[in-house]
Amino acid sequence: MVPFANFSMPLEYPGQSHRDSHLWTRTNGSLFDVSHMVQHKLSGELAEEFLMTITPSAINEIEKHHSTLSCLLNKNGGIVDDTVITRIGKDSFYFVTNAGCREGDLAFIQAEMSEFLESKSAPKDKINWHILDHHALVALQGPASAPLLQSLVFNDTEDESYDSSLDTLYFGTSRWLQLTLPESGMNTPSLLISRTGYTGEDGFEISIPPENGDATELATSIAKALTADGSKVRWAGLGARDSLRLEAGMCLYGHDLNDTITPPVAALGWLVGKSRRVENPTPPFNGHEIINKQLASPKTMPERRVGFLVEKGPAAREGAEIVDLENEDHVIGHVTSGCPSPSLGGQNIAMGYIKNGFHKKGTKVGIKVRKNVRKAEVAKMPFVESKFYRP
Amino acid sequence: MSTPVLSRLLPTASRLTSRTLASSRPAHIFQWTRIPKRSFSSGWASYVKKYTEDHEWIELDADGKTGTIGITEYAAKALGDVVYVELPEIGIEVAKGDTIGAVESVKSASDILTPVSGKITDHNKVLEEKPATINKSPEADGWLAKIEVSDAAELESLMSKEDYDNFEKE
Repeated sequence: MVPFANFSMPLEYPGQSHRDSHLWTRTNGSLFDVSHMVQHKLSGELAEEFLMTITPSAINEIEKHHSTLSCLLNKNGGIVDDTVITRIGKDSFYFVTNAGCREGDLAFIQAEMSEFLESKSAPKDKINWHILDHHALVALQGPASAPLLQSLVFNDTEDESYDSSLDTLYFGTSRWLQLTLPESGMNTPSLLISRTGYTGEDGFEISIPPENGDATELATSIAKALTADGSKVRWAGLGARDSLRLEAGMCLYGHDLNDTITPPVAALGWLVGKSRRVENPTPPFNGHEIINKQLASPKTMPERRVGFLVEKGPAAREGAEIVDLENEDHVIGHVTSGCPSPSLGGQNIAMGYIKNGFHKKGTKVGIKVRKNVRKAEVAKMPFVESKFYRP
Repeated sequence: MSTPVLSRLLPTASRLTSRTLASSRPAHIFQWTRIPKRSFSSGWASYVKKYTEDHEWIELDADGKTGTIGITEYAAKALGDVVYVELPEIGIEVAKGDTIGAVESVKSASDILTPVSGKITDHNKVLEEKPATINKSPEADGWLAKIEVSDAAELESLMSKEDYDNFEKE
């Protein structure tokens, strides 16, 4: 167990090492308790417009029960946190932010919301913001996820509008579904189930509401049902979560992202909606001048986030300097995450920021690990092909 | 700068934790009361194998000059699957607390600090090909290096097995 964002969380569970648990997720399935993450509900007439001022996403184009990876932006276009935003109704959104950013995020959202409402001379009730503190959240990831979850989905034959087949629930969409728990034979309340994840595998995140103020009991019963057959899905901890997301090329806030980095610099320019890449986006989003300029002329960016494959030997990890082998090992960047990749037979992988000009795939660089400079090259991400379930 | 094994053991260490597993050492004042028969003339046998707060062990050969260094069972378990070991160069002179190598798992890299000063005389080549030997046998086949001890008195400041076990439980 390790302390993480004020929670005590397991790095791994008994019976499986970090590496075994990682590989198990890719070949079978794993259940991650991510209840520490902060779940929000934002609704009201001005909720959509507000979200469009603090994120670069075309929130207005998101259809009901569809979601998008996005980020909260400060006035300079720096990333305050990364988040996934789901439209759950006409004026209603569900989004999840990082536990490690909780305090900063809440203060940021509060301040931005007050400023926004003031600028509109709108009353406070035009936006309702709830932090779903008593909700639990579990992530079911890996190829065994869909068949297992399907076996638990309650099939309401009397309601024709209720589609209980996960075959039509694609990556980036969500649905309210009830599960039937085999142990008790009881149905759960409707759960918001999203086909998404942080491993690169097919999988789901299940938001579990509180019953009498506490979700623990319901979450425990659901988790029990999901892990009942240990030949399919097993518990996995933060260790596997970290190495899986790195193989998938996904960022970890506080390491690969911070509030001085803009989406284009973080190679997340794709988060900026097409309709938002104009001179005067309506409504304007924080930092749009800076971000749209970087998108239009990438050469103006001082550095970029890229992936690296590092030669056999020690792994290049957070903080390691990237050097120019042809210029007396002059420092040209730094690693923000790195490990030997369990899925690639121990091949050392890393991501980090490198000076513009050195960012092209195949560029040979050096990475300083302790006393020695190791050979590395800029590589495309993800390192392990994603297996999202798409139409 | 050296980084003690355990503060680096946890998730890419800086990443998920700021915890140092243990900061205080057991009170040595009790050591001799537990072993009342120990005399100053009992020789090397009284500290044949010693432990550090950074979770290394050192075992002196019968000659009282050469020591074998490794990481403890506890450290190997906390580290998880070892995937790479960086061994010290043979022949280098090191001072107590110097980094002489590193042990890496998927999640983290941990420096190995030498428990005593001296000259590295050998390293365990097996670990280059089979780093997991450290997980299987951290206190025997998974040894890291041999050192010609320059000041045997340095061993006296290290922990006994019993002290270490108590320390590790804290």
